[in-house]
Amino acid sequence: MDLKEKLVSSFLAFEESIDAHSPVHDIRNEAIKTFETQGFPTKKEEAWKYTSLNAILKHDYSLFPKQENAIEYKDIKEYFLDDIDTYKIIFIDGKYSSHLSQTTHDGIDVCLMSSALNKPKYRQIIENYFNKIATKDSLTSLNTAFSSEGAYIHIPKNKLVEKPIQIIHFSTGNESALMLQPRNLIVADENSEVQIFERHQSLTDNPVLTNSVTEIYTAKRAIVDYYKLQDDNSNASLIDNTFVNQKDQSHCLVHTFSFGGKLTRNNLNFYQNGERIDSTMKGITIIGDKQHVDHNTLVHHIEPNCESHQDYKGVFGDSSTGVFNGKIVVEKRAQKTNAFQSNNNILLSDKASINSKPQLEIFADDVKCSHGCTIGQLDESALFYMRSRGIPKKEAKALLMYAFSNNVLSSVRIPELKQRITNLIANKLGVNIGFDL
Amino acid sequence: MLKIKDLHASVEGKPILNGINLEVKTGEVHAIMGPNGSGKSTLASVIAGKEEYEVTKGEIILENEDIEELSAEERAHNGIFLSFQYPIEIPGVSVTNFIKTAINETRKAKGLGDMPAKDMLKMIREKSELLEIDRKFLSRSLNEGFSGGEKKRNEVFQMAMLEPKLAILDETDSGLDIDALRIVANGVNKLKSKDNAVIVITHYQRLLEYIVPDVVHVLYEGRIVKSGGKELAHELEEKGYDWIKEEVNA
Ligand SMILES: Nc1ncnc2c1ncn2[C@@H]1O[C@H](COP(=O)(O)OP(=O)(O)OP(=O)(O)O)[C@@H](O)[C@H]1O
Ligand SMILES: [Mg+2]
Repeated sequence: MDLKEKLVSSFLAFEESIDAHSPVHDIRNEAIKTFETQGFPTKKEEAWKYTSLNAILKHDYSLFPKQENAIEYKDIKEYFLDDIDTYKIIFIDGKYSSHLSQTTHDGIDVCLMSSALNKPKYRQIIENYFNKIATKDSLTSLNTAFSSEGAYIHIPKNKLVEKPIQIIHFSTGNESALMLQPRNLIVADENSEVQIFERHQSLTDNPVLTNSVTEIYTAKRAIVDYYKLQDDNSNASLIDNTFVNQKDQSHCLVHTFSFGGKLTRNNLNFYQNGERIDSTMKGITIIGDKQHVDHNTLVHHIEPNCESHQDYKGVFGDSSTGVFNGKIVVEKRAQKTNAFQSNNNILLSDKASINSKPQLEIFADDVKCSHGCTIGQLDESALFYMRSRGIPKKEAKALLMYAFSNNVLSSVRIPELKQRITNLIANKLGVNIGFDL
Repeated sequence: MLKIKDLHASVEGKPILNGINLEVKTGEVHAIMGPNGSGKSTLASVIAGKEEYEVTKGEIILENEDIEELSAEERAHNGIFLSFQYPIEIPGVSVTNFIKTAINETRKAKGLGDMPAKDMLKMIREKSELLEIDRKFLSRSLNEGFSGGEKKRNEVFQMAMLEPKLAILDETDSGLDIDALRIVANGVNKLKSKDNAVIVITHYQRLLEYIVPDVVHVLYEGRIVKSGGKELAHELEEKGYDWIKEEVNA
């Protein structure tokens, strides 16, 4: 039985096992039909031309691991932002781990999707927001059909959350292959502010496939600062589907750091439903081996006077491959839009490749839109310059690559995270220099 | 300090240096002049270890060691410094952090730990004052958007920080205004001692009035075709290179 059949046939049992009277019962049923009709995307589809899921769909994934797994904090501490105080929503093999987590209902809700879906007090929010901006494509629908667990974050009006929130998914390798489908909902009410850090971490070499969906709603003047760290091991793959719906004057920033994993696909979609909105998407990709990272972004400028900024840097070594597909749509009424997009890449080897494609659909006439894409090698004359000053080749290369990606790092607003990423980059590049540029 | 014997070098199979002989003793200042395209910068790059240039014959000896097999960074660690004719822009790396990295990597190569931050700051302050460089300047990205003159002054600042044994200044004077030329030349003179040596590549006699050479060489078609005292520079300034070319071709 292939994965699609397995998923479809296990849906009924799944639905019965959780609450069939749940408010999302109909939504799930609708979604599985969509998935059944569409199936997994193939390279025939324009949006998947350079990313094939074939290799990762062939495993016999277990969908609902039975066993609860306890992991000691000390064994996985390194994957946390552990030097600062944070809220934590932690999952092990898809199951909530209360002993590793630190949730709250004190003025804000930082808790679980499973409780939000079941408890009456969250019903209104679920009805208003759940699956309202997630699209009806096959992978998102698949997640929707099985959505039962994930992070639920609701920040009420005027609330500034002082501590960052960490959402971390561990997989233990207890199952020979595991598929996870976390579902997150983040609602930031008017004038609120929150910082979120998300990562997916497999602890063994057993294959893991994560198909995650996150919906983010930023109300008027809200600020959501979201960081995704993708540094998983070489048998773990991630399809991240993130949807952001923004209202007037809100800011949403998503930083994506892609340093590892077998296949990573980021579908990042912004919808600007208001004026003077700022949407920022930044990414650093540094990969090697046969890793593949695909950034597929969309900004939909619907109303006038908004801005969007995209800045993606990629460094590709060995036989790694990258894709950047950045779509900007400016509706006719979205006058005075400022939309910027840049994608710069360095190929470190002849076998590495990147496909970079901007797509602009502009229907308004008074807009500022710019996009630029570069693909190059490391600058040899810069390398000689640095080496002639005593900086060894490896360090010189690292410094150049670090400098190349520094624009993206500079906007990280959690200092500990910035330091962490800096160390990770140095580590990836195999050098030991404190870049404090 | 430096001995170059019958040096031949080519790039992409095209010979550029055709048998250079040069000896620079500790404590000396040598000037190299010569028409455009004669191979001055190539010679400087070959001494500094640029891999693009292939040494086909001859040897370069620094303090009794043949440096042929050494990488550019190892040569720098051994005390060679090249001030570039066209300094490279490195966006995203500040002047300060670049020079800190250069100094600490050089120390690492010598088995020393990082220079204490306090000492580093002090040194940066002293050397930037010597060259009259505004401190704000040092936090900018290296050479990015620097004016021609600023780039050159920054090269000499780096030289001052690295305290090389052998400094090669490739047209450091071009792009400098009259005041800057004086400041930079003055800086070089302060750094000059009986224990190091300087090679200045220039087209103009003016620089040599500040940095007075012991020997002046004329490079033409990849060879040193004439050497003399500082008066040779005057003569070249007056007469140009035609008479030298005629001598060579005769
Ligand atoms: N990388 C290279 N590839 C091809 N030709 C080169 C390269 N580097 C130098 N050359 C050639 O070698 C010759 C010498 O160049 P070089 O830069 O050494 O001259 P120069 O004496 O420094 O001239 P200038 O006074 O104009 O600075 C020139 O004809 C130049 O075009
Ligand atoms: Mg030159």
